[in-house]
Amino acid sequence: MSSDDIKGGNLPDRPTGHSGEVEETGTPSFPDPGLPPHQPRRQDIDEDAAARSERAIAFMFTLSMLATIGFIASFVVIDRTTIVHIWPFGHVNALNFALGLTLGVALFTIGAGAVHWARTLMSGHEIPQERHPIAASPELRQQVLADFAEGAKDSVLGRRKLIRNTMFGALALVPLSGVVLLRDLGPLPEDKLRHTLWGKGKQLINQNTGLPIKPSDVTVGSLVFAVPEGLEEEDHDFLEQIAKAALMIVRLNPDDIKDKRERDWGYEGIVAFSKICTHVGCPISLYESQTHHVLCPCHQSTFDLADGARVIFGPAGHPLPQLRISVNEEGNLQALGDFDEPVGPSFWERG
Amino acid sequence: MAALVVLLFALAATGGLYAALAPAEKAKADSSSQSLAIEEGKKLYAVGCSSCHGTGGEGSSDGPPLTGVGAAAVDFQVGTGRMPAQQPGAQVPKKKNIYSQAEIDQLAAYISTFGPGPSVPSEKSYDSKGANLANGGELFRTNCAQCHNFNGQGGALTDGKYAPSLEGSSAKHIYEAMLTGPQNMPVFPDTLLPEDDKRDITAFVRNATASDSPNPGGLSLGRLGPVTEGLFGWIFGLGALIALACWIAARNAKARS
Repeated sequence: MSSDDIKGGNLPDRPTGHSGEVEETGTPSFPDPGLPPHQPRRQDIDEDAAARSERAIAFMFTLSMLATIGFIASFVVIDRTTIVHIWPFGHVNALNFALGLTLGVALFTIGAGAVHWARTLMSGHEIPQERHPIAASPELRQQVLADFAEGAKDSVLGRRKLIRNTMFGALALVPLSGVVLLRDLGPLPEDKLRHTLWGKGKQLINQNTGLPIKPSDVTVGSLVFAVPEGLEEEDHDFLEQIAKAALMIVRLNPDDIKDKRERDWGYEGIVAFSKICTHVGCPISLYESQTHHVLCPCHQSTFDLADGARVIFGPAGHPLPQLRISVNEEGNLQALGDFDEPVGPSFWERG
Repeated sequence: MAALVVLLFALAATGGLYAALAPAEKAKADSSSQSLAIEEGKKLYAVGCSSCHGTGGEGSSDGPPLTGVGAAAVDFQVGTGRMPAQQPGAQVPKKKNIYSQAEIDQLAAYISTFGPGPSVPSEKSYDSKGANLANGGELFRTNCAQCHNFNGQGGALTDGKYAPSLEGSSAKHIYEAMLTGPQNMPVFPDTLLPEDDKRDITAFVRNATASDSPNPGGLSLGRLGPVTEGLFGWIFGLGALIALACWIAARNAKARS
């Protein structure tokens, strides 16, 4: 084929009808190139090659059978706690590994055998399947429309108005059952987002020991997490409550605290901050004791605990709320009230 | 006969004198070995530490004061090769330790004279025998996992700092790290995290990070979570599927006539 042929008259003329409309032409303006000539595969003309293919496929199917038997045998024989070392997987559970491997081989060899069978031994002739118009024939369309009109007449809907009206009523009301289920999305949180379990006189309980914390326990540079007194892990609403009340306590040298309010709200350099990031509410406690930075692992918001938990990097919009603490008569750390602002991420009505 | 009596007396007197004097001498030897260790430690300190921490441990712009850090901190920092530091930077990395344990003990003895601090924990306190692994795991996830990852693989912090991987750390060093809070790690004093809890955490970390600890699924991909797993799935899983699809649809070999 020369380059002239490509430029030349084999291309159809520009359609003259409305754009997007297929031109109805009796004869195509260029010849259908058709399928390339059929070439036989080696298996089609060489019986030995075909026999080899057959054996290969049979081998894969046999392997699949053996693997299935291996699967059953592994399940019966291997103890489920046995750990074996297999390079490069490491110290894996022998039963898991054997079951996965045998089932994988059993399934894969069935598929691989089938593909190899289709590629080498099933008919290799190219078979064209012509496209046909999507629309039904005009006669069929006429017939369907006529059937519909007759059905409508037979149903006497036009005459029996009571049936028609009650049916419309029923159909209109049924969706209401779906709508009313949406009630379960509520009720609205009301002021739940603004309050936590912390309150005046609640002692700070060490999450590790379950005991109240004394100021002398908290050394400079230490980090400890506290839950409000009275909240137990067994409580049915523990997760709901701790999600708002989680608290981290650190101790800084009072001279290092740059924010006056932070110093006043702490006790001799011991300060308590909400552990919930103000961006999207991840638990945040990657505390660097030298820089006094707290890093959120989700989006790298960084707060400076020496400066009122100011945001110094990242997407968070508010400083971490601080809890006012002091010491009660027993010498334990206690809260002087709830957080004075909502903890956690911003919300529309937060203000 | 007289000679025999004299001899017996002499022997008894020698034995008695020895019995009376020996313990005193031993005690003397003890305190002198302690002061000898401090002497030796001072020499080591002058060579290895004083350029940053000051000749008397008072600290400088290049290194923090060492007053009250205690022997445990020295044992951790020098024992893991972090100190003496190779170069200043965001964080001093772990490297090969060039000091013998005896030299570390001498250094610790000298630095302990700057001020009281946590001493090196006894072997009993971090012995994994009888430790409660489940409790250790829970405490690890509460106190440590935020930085060191759920399996102790470590993670990034701000400005080039990072929480190192705990893989291959000795039980003593894990315990000392909690006790002293090296670099930017917070301290977990016994008052907030009792000794038994520290022992449980130590045993859990050793158990979770040991190279022969069981990993039932296998192929942990660094145990870093969904990022590496997703990358592996996209590249190798989808790659294998594409290769298979190509094989199914490829033109097969034609006979040459």
